Amino acid sequence: MEKIYTRTKTIQEDKVSGFCPGCMHSTVIKLIGEVLEEMDLVDKAVCVQGIGCCGLHMDYIAYDDITTPHGRACASATGIKRTNPESLVFTYQGDGDFASIGLAESVSAANRGENITVIFINNGIYGMTGGQLSPTTLIGMKATTAPKGRNAEEHGYPIHMCELLNQLKAPYYLERTSCNTPANVNKTKNAIRKAFQAQMDGKGFTMVEIVTGCPTNWGMDALQSLDFIEQKMLPEYPLGVVRDRSKEEV
Amino acid sequence: MARVFMKGTEAVAEAAVRAGCRFFAGYPITPQNEVPEYLSRRLPEVGGVFIQGESEVASVSMVYGAAAAGTRSMTSSSSPGISLKSEGISYCAAARIPMVYANFARGGPGVGSIQPAQQDYLQATKASGNGGFRMPVLAPATVQEAVDLTVKAFDWADRDRTPVLILADGVIGTMMEPVVLPEMKSDEEVAAIKESKRSWACVGHKLDYAHRSWIEPGQWSTAKMQECNEKAAAMYKAWEKEAMVEEYQLEDAEIVLTAYGISGRIAKSAVNLLRAEGVRAGLIRPITVFPFPAAAYDHIDYGKARAVLDVEMSIPALFVEDVQAAVKGRCPIETCLCSGGNIMSREAVLAAAKKIMEG
Amino acid sequence: MASGKVEIIKERCKSCGYCIKYCPRHVLATGKEVNSKGYEYVYPANPDDCIGCAICGRICPDGAIDVYREK
Repeated sequence: MEKIYTRTKTIQEDKVSGFCPGCMHSTVIKLIGEVLEEMDLVDKAVCVQGIGCCGLHMDYIAYDDITTPHGRACASATGIKRTNPESLVFTYQGDGDFASIGLAESVSAANRGENITVIFINNGIYGMTGGQLSPTTLIGMKATTAPKGRNAEEHGYPIHMCELLNQLKAPYYLERTSCNTPANVNKTKNAIRKAFQAQMDGKGFTMVEIVTGCPTNWGMDALQSLDFIEQKMLPEYPLGVVRDRSKEEV
Repeated sequence: MARVFMKGTEAVAEAAVRAGCRFFAGYPITPQNEVPEYLSRRLPEVGGVFIQGESEVASVSMVYGAAAAGTRSMTSSSSPGISLKSEGISYCAAARIPMVYANFARGGPGVGSIQPAQQDYLQATKASGNGGFRMPVLAPATVQEAVDLTVKAFDWADRDRTPVLILADGVIGTMMEPVVLPEMKSDEEVAAIKESKRSWACVGHKLDYAHRSWIEPGQWSTAKMQECNEKAAAMYKAWEKEAMVEEYQLEDAEIVLTAYGISGRIAKSAVNLLRAEGVRAGLIRPITVFPFPAAAYDHIDYGKARAVLDVEMSIPALFVEDVQAAVKGRCPIETCLCSGGNIMSREAVLAAAKKIMEG
Repeated sequence: MASGKVEIIKERCKSCGYCIKYCPRHVLATGKEVNSKGYEYVYPANPDDCIGCAICGRICPDGAIDVYREK
């Protein structure tokens, strides 16, 4: 028999990620690695990671990686890409990093049309610090700093980053995907490939927002988190391409 | 080399370009706006990149990225903006990223005043961010010295992979003086500097875990974190022998003025006037305020000196703490202070010195 | 006879169950043995039914499954 599927070489042979069981950070890291290998971009890749659970992969991958201050990944990626346009520069950020503490950096980089890719992991909660309210926490969802659940009067509404950035003129490609089903895993991989290709073609700002789970801080097991994504997260964060300038180019 | 007449901020900016700086990100704040303004037109001429960041916080993180990718990079600001940069500076120190930044200091605390001051001494020399790191802090007293120290800052940053701070003030930044600028590094030299960092620069490497670039401003392993801090501490210790200082008329001094930056220059002028009046005055002017040139204070003849007079544009006195540690109680230390954006006057220094000599 | 085969790298498995949920032929199941991290790693309970579709490999977050198929 022929081996038809195995782990990407961009993941260390002897390392296991620090992510919890069922955490889709692992899935996305795997997909990024597969795309880098398939596009022959591993030796150009720079992962600019934010702070939080996204940092748990830094000792797990085999390509270049820089940890940036909380929320500043888009700014640091700007510095790297502007001085090294031949590199493939992508940020890897969670919702606290990208949509809360880094909102100014995120929106400003998108508005400048920086030729970088944002991989934005949206699980609606602060993972590493233990389940606090995030800008993307759903209405009614409990968090350690919103023990009665998010309510709009006190906390406002969940922020939709794809749609927010879609108000700007510069971004080239914005898509929201998930990794909760095999089909969505494939779509996420395709979206990452498309974003990386656009960057290598010099098209400008690209982002893939990936709706994922956090079984640990959602207080459920991994399989239950799949249902929660399907039933609660995706109605709030509908999947699909939000912006694709390539469609306007034909 | 020809002398040119330049404003301090612009001279520092031009010196940076000539030293091979090819990336600058900054944010407007008085009194240093001419640095980003100058570089926004100058850097593109030499193939460099200028970005006006959305904030000081973003700007320093842009510099962190560009410098981590191997380019000589710089940012500048003034006091409140420098506070905002402390996050990124701490990351640069932790991850051992070479970069240069300049503080054209103004009054404080808070938004303070937009006029020159030296209220940032402790922040600059003791804690420019969380985590107990140190870095070279260079304090120019003239525009020429600001130019020369800018070049030195880039070399020092690269040699030791550390941030370096140019601690200037609003006087140095806004006054115009004749200066001799350094030679312009050639494109080849600039490229060679970048290439020399290629092995660790975060720009993409062949698939090889052991040799990938991994910029780590922290450690999961407590043992590794301690090891990093031990290595850094050894480097800080080694810097002691690189302390720079101007000692002036010290041999027979009965009163020793001590000051840094613009106050040092004013104090030197006061020493000359005192000497003309027959008062045996001397001066110690630290040029590096970290590492602090403590040994210079051993050169005072404590059998003759009645007092050391600390002159600084800060209330409360801050620089005086390092002076006290260096004088070690061998003679009294008096202060001559101003604050709030008021510039030290030579007359005030003279009066303070005379009061000591008469008292 | 199976036209495919799965190999579980037991030290990588965190027993999330995604592969079990999505395997169209119900090949996989949670085992009783634990790996060094304490996870009851997945094993091919019905290996003869495997068609080598690799859905399990792709959905697995941790890259714990290698998949083989008849040429």
